[in-house]
Amino acid sequence: MTHEPDGVPAGASRAASPTDVPPAGSLADGAWHRLHPATPLLRGGIFVFAMLGFVIANLRERIIEVFFGVPRYSGDPIDEIYRRGNVGWALAGVAVVLVIILVAFFMVWRMHTFRVNEEAVEVRSGVLFRSHRKARLDRIQGVNIARPLIPRLVGAARLEVSVAGQDANVQLAYLNSYLADGLRRDILRLASGARQAGASTEEHPGPEVNATGAHVAGLGASVGSFATNRINDFLAPELDPNAAPPESVVKIPPSRLFGSIAVSGFTIFIVIAIIVLVASVTAGTSGWLLVVILPGLIASAGYYVSRFTRSLRYSIAGTPDGVRIGYGLLSTSNETLPPGRIHAIDVSQPILWRPFGWWQVRINTAGHSTASGPAGQANTTTLPVGTEGDVMKVLELILPGFGGDDLRQLIHSGMQSQGGEDGFTNAPRRAAWLRPFSWRRTGYTIRADVALLRRGVISRELILVPLARLQSVGVTQGPVLRMLKLASARLHTVSGPVTASLSVLGVDEALRLFERVSAGAIESANRDTSHRWHRDDVPAAAGVPTEPGHADRPAPPLRTTSEATE
Amino acid sequence: MSELSTEPTGAPQGDSGDGVSRRLELGVAGEWKRVSPKYVVVEIVGTVIFGLVACGVAAGLWLFAGAYWAIIPGIVVAVYTLIALVFEPRRVRSIGYQLRADDLLFRRGIMFQRFVSVPYGRMQLVDITRGPVARWLGLADLRFVTAAASSGVSIPGLPEGDAEDLRDRLVELAESRRAGL
Repeated sequence: MTHEPDGVPAGASRAASPTDVPPAGSLADGAWHRLHPATPLLRGGIFVFAMLGFVIANLRERIIEVFFGVPRYSGDPIDEIYRRGNVGWALAGVAVVLVIILVAFFMVWRMHTFRVNEEAVEVRSGVLFRSHRKARLDRIQGVNIARPLIPRLVGAARLEVSVAGQDANVQLAYLNSYLADGLRRDILRLASGARQAGASTEEHPGPEVNATGAHVAGLGASVGSFATNRINDFLAPELDPNAAPPESVVKIPPSRLFGSIAVSGFTIFIVIAIIVLVASVTAGTSGWLLVVILPGLIASAGYYVSRFTRSLRYSIAGTPDGVRIGYGLLSTSNETLPPGRIHAIDVSQPILWRPFGWWQVRINTAGHSTASGPAGQANTTTLPVGTEGDVMKVLELILPGFGGDDLRQLIHSGMQSQGGEDGFTNAPRRAAWLRPFSWRRTGYTIRADVALLRRGVISRELILVPLARLQSVGVTQGPVLRMLKLASARLHTVSGPVTASLSVLGVDEALRLFERVSAGAIESANRDTSHRWHRDDVPAAAGVPTEPGHADRPAPPLRTTSEATE
Repeated sequence: MSELSTEPTGAPQGDSGDGVSRRLELGVAGEWKRVSPKYVVVEIVGTVIFGLVACGVAAGLWLFAGAYWAIIPGIVVAVYTLIALVFEPRRVRSIGYQLRADDLLFRRGIMFQRFVSVPYGRMQLVDITRGPVARWLGLADLRFVTAAASSGVSIPGLPEGDAEDLRDRLVELAESRRAGL
């Protein structure tokens, strides 16, 4: 299981190296490294073998006809080979094919290398068609470690560095599972602007993990210890509590998760379908409805199960290098979003969740990992379901400059208030012509470099846009809105599930929003330094490399702004 | 920038008795730069071609396929085209932009008004495109791209020299105020 030919006895040497050189086990040392040896198999090699077997099984008679000139023969081909005394040739043929495949795999693996230095993450791959991809560290939008079920069984993980743009991500599939964690830490530290990767002793994921990791990497590792290690890995929490301030972790009880999935619009649709089905069967209509609806019902059961298992073991925590969000029971995914990578936040509550007081938090980010989220969608759901307290804890982690009772109060009224004098600038009464129910709640406010937009009464929504990330702002007015002296406003952010817009506002209020937001966006963008988020909080060392022992552990979860609390 | 935040709206125009403005009108200090009046021709050509094609399809359906109902959409399109032609000069006059200290303001539309403000530091690229009619008139369209698809700021009908100067100026401004995404 040694990961690397240049002899990295991995975990053992990493365990204690408080010097300022990068520890020997670090993959972020600027040299070219190779991936996990099982990579070709995990990336589809298994399918090649399966396909080969399938083809041989299906075409065996034809192959026999071609190679041995016998007419169609319905017996076992092995018998035929044996009878004709061609066993040696057949075995040799199989061996040659196998060797070719293995050599091809080996070449692919050998040519697939990556390098992490202080500027960028680079990947070279391909045998005939070479490709070389480079992601600049200060442009990193997130680092995701995914462990699909089968790679997880052999102790491999996929590390993905997302950058903005379509299909621009850099994927390292697959790495040794525990090396992936270390590499992510080093990438994030390099990206943060703290020059030295050496301080990793500060943030080991935990001594026992390293110890077992060393066992695996050790040459004498027995199959038994490998198995126990895999099992430990499987049962360990996705997010090590030692690596993060424990009080910030939000827990979702399985019952609530189950409830939130069961109480959804989709369930209502299913119930209606079942009622229609039962009614049609009892009414004695012909069975065509059964044929149409039943397969859909069975498929929806699978949807529920997969959604439930993917969302299980949710965890969120602040680390010095950003927010870390983990998911999954069998296949896990664990994403770190560095500070200042979140462009818009949406806190919403469908009407069915209101009796339970549940909320959901979704975000817009510029880069998306290809690992899918708990519902199989893009990984944009930060909190699948939680109480208002949970929402506050999550916002504390993902909203720069969160803090202060007035902002808390504003967020509370943004979520719960019916409208009125609650710190928000609301739509006037004449907006009731267009929004008969929600006009009271439609409003905005700007506080601490964050624009808060509130809307919706059946499905409540509060949208928070950090002004430092805002791309542009627009107000529009059509003839109907003009008749009512209204206008609509929209804050343009990168694309995602969150649309920061208000469809009705008084004209003067909309113009005030426009002016305040456009001025505020420039001001906060000028102050913003989150592309190198560690540089600004070491005031003595502006531009000077930070000293390696610089303690990262007791730092606040987000350090983009000075207002970050706790 | 600070003066903007201290006097957010300025004098709203088009007050309607009760002190509430009806039209969107930014009370900003600077002067709106207009696009070239020749741009009207580009718009008129586009509208006329659209109207002719749509009316031609309707007429074809009516005359050759015997679909009498096709007269109705045909007439509607013809009337719409005529009205649009009448308002074309005003619509073109309504397109304007301002280079403020730190952001670009853009406006367009009379019936459907739109104001957008883009901070220079947010510009990802500036694009110049020329259609056939615009090229004949020596005009060019300037388009700003930010990381948000919905920003959609495009200044049509600038004289070619102006468009290139403006592009260079904007790139320079964006460079001096570069920020992350």
